[in-house]
Amino acid sequence: MIEERFDAIVIGAGMAGNAAAHTMAARGLKVLQLERGEYPGSKNVQGAILYADMLEKIIPNFREDAPLERHLIEQRFWMMSDRSHTGMQHRSDDFNEEKPNRYTIIRSQFDRWFSKQVQGQGAVVICETTVTELVRNSDGKVIGVRTDRDGDVIFADVVVLAEGVSGLLGTRAGLRTTPKPDHVALAVKEMHFLPQETIEARFNLRGDEGVVIEAVGSISKGMTGMGFIYTNKESLSLGIGCLVSDFAEKGETPYGLLEAFKKHPSVAPLIAGSEVKEYAAHLIPEGGYKAIPELFGDGWVVVGDAAQLNNAIHREGSNLAMTSGRLAGQAIFQVKSRRDPMTKANLALYKKMIDDSFVMKDLKKYKDMPGLLHTNSKNFFLTYPELVSKAMDNFLRVDGAPKIEKENASIRSFIKQRSLLGLFGDAFKLARAWR
Amino acid sequence: MATEIARVEEKLYQNRYIVDAGKPHISVEPHTTPSKNLLAMTKVCPAGCYAQNDLGQVEITADGCLECGTCRILLEPTGEITWSYPRGGFGVLFKFG
Repeated sequence: MIEERFDAIVIGAGMAGNAAAHTMAARGLKVLQLERGEYPGSKNVQGAILYADMLEKIIPNFREDAPLERHLIEQRFWMMSDRSHTGMQHRSDDFNEEKPNRYTIIRSQFDRWFSKQVQGQGAVVICETTVTELVRNSDGKVIGVRTDRDGDVIFADVVVLAEGVSGLLGTRAGLRTTPKPDHVALAVKEMHFLPQETIEARFNLRGDEGVVIEAVGSISKGMTGMGFIYTNKESLSLGIGCLVSDFAEKGETPYGLLEAFKKHPSVAPLIAGSEVKEYAAHLIPEGGYKAIPELFGDGWVVVGDAAQLNNAIHREGSNLAMTSGRLAGQAIFQVKSRRDPMTKANLALYKKMIDDSFVMKDLKKYKDMPGLLHTNSKNFFLTYPELVSKAMDNFLRVDGAPKIEKENASIRSFIKQRSLLGLFGDAFKLARAWR
Repeated sequence: MATEIARVEEKLYQNRYIVDAGKPHISVEPHTTPSKNLLAMTKVCPAGCYAQNDLGQVEITADGCLECGTCRILLEPTGEITWSYPRGGFGVLFKFG
């Protein structure tokens, strides 16, 4: 039984929860963090790419001892048909800088390290404890939590909900609704282990350099989705995800998609001979700006994936999680410093801070994009990749057919598959949503 | 389909679990005919936890659950399943995540 009263209780030890707990504990607040996993990270799944800037704002010298895999020097985008991929890639030696900007990480290792930093700041972290209920007073203000450890209430001035995308607790408490099937993607992922030299040879890397491959096209079978391969030191994170609504509609199996992706002639040679050591699944918030729920109330704030803070277009999630956690921690500290109560009106400071940050500005910028990709998913993920593949084949194959005939054939097949008006319409909508 | 299920079982075998024996964290409400989404879970569940019995009803064996929450998104709002987090320390424990 925990008799003490805390300034803040943080629920969850993922990126957002750790950022919030670290920020508050570093400023002298009495923080309790509760995690349902055996250790911090044991329930957490991500690709995973870490953006240095957002972590630097919390732990400036993290590079000294954080478990980082590879710093990214190359990005490959693939548009895949059944037997081909057409790619765009960017590789630059400029990414080999003293303080690299992006790293691959392995979440369970990284999260354990992050949690040690949180504990180093004086926060109390208790694992293997599932929070079962938010406790409110007669005015409806959240005043603490109940866990499955014993039935007693642990009291705090404010509760930071960093419970992740599924966000059961907040939903049960009526703070938000369950995410809608077309606002979340289901991704499955495997960890493929290979010798370090093999990874470096196959991906053209030296030392700690790393590559990210992100792929769209026929691999998602007409569903809105994306495949990925991230290089770690001695392993590859390989996965594929699609909207839950599309999965339910099409009745595709996620493991079937994953197997087909692995067998694709562009992918198979990269993973040949690997040893698979884990299979994971996770939901990713894809609803964008319009899906963001109420972020604060009397005695509570919500951060990270639980608040649907994810930039689906730029595939950024953990940095929004860390930033929202940090800002929530700073806002709570400010309210506390003024000796003000943790009321909805006072906690509105968190919303103001997050509105002023890149988090909301970026999500607002792309507010029309997720919907667009969904409504036209057949064109974006099936028709266009197939057409691009045909056009490339026409362009490259030397077979004695006059070039003008081949060019016309390419254009004709584009228009045949999707009317000229449709093509222009898609391009226009895409440009407008992107702007 | 049978080979696909065999394949997913092989995948789950790589993972580490501490099963809370006798206390499944997901249960399916009694029904005679499964809804479209409930039936879809027999395909969509990434751990292959959902299967139809001889009567055509959908049942769940949650031991291999990856705790992704997909079934909760599709079926909790209609009350067709109840979904809780496993007891602290139990369930899937990701070595890498």
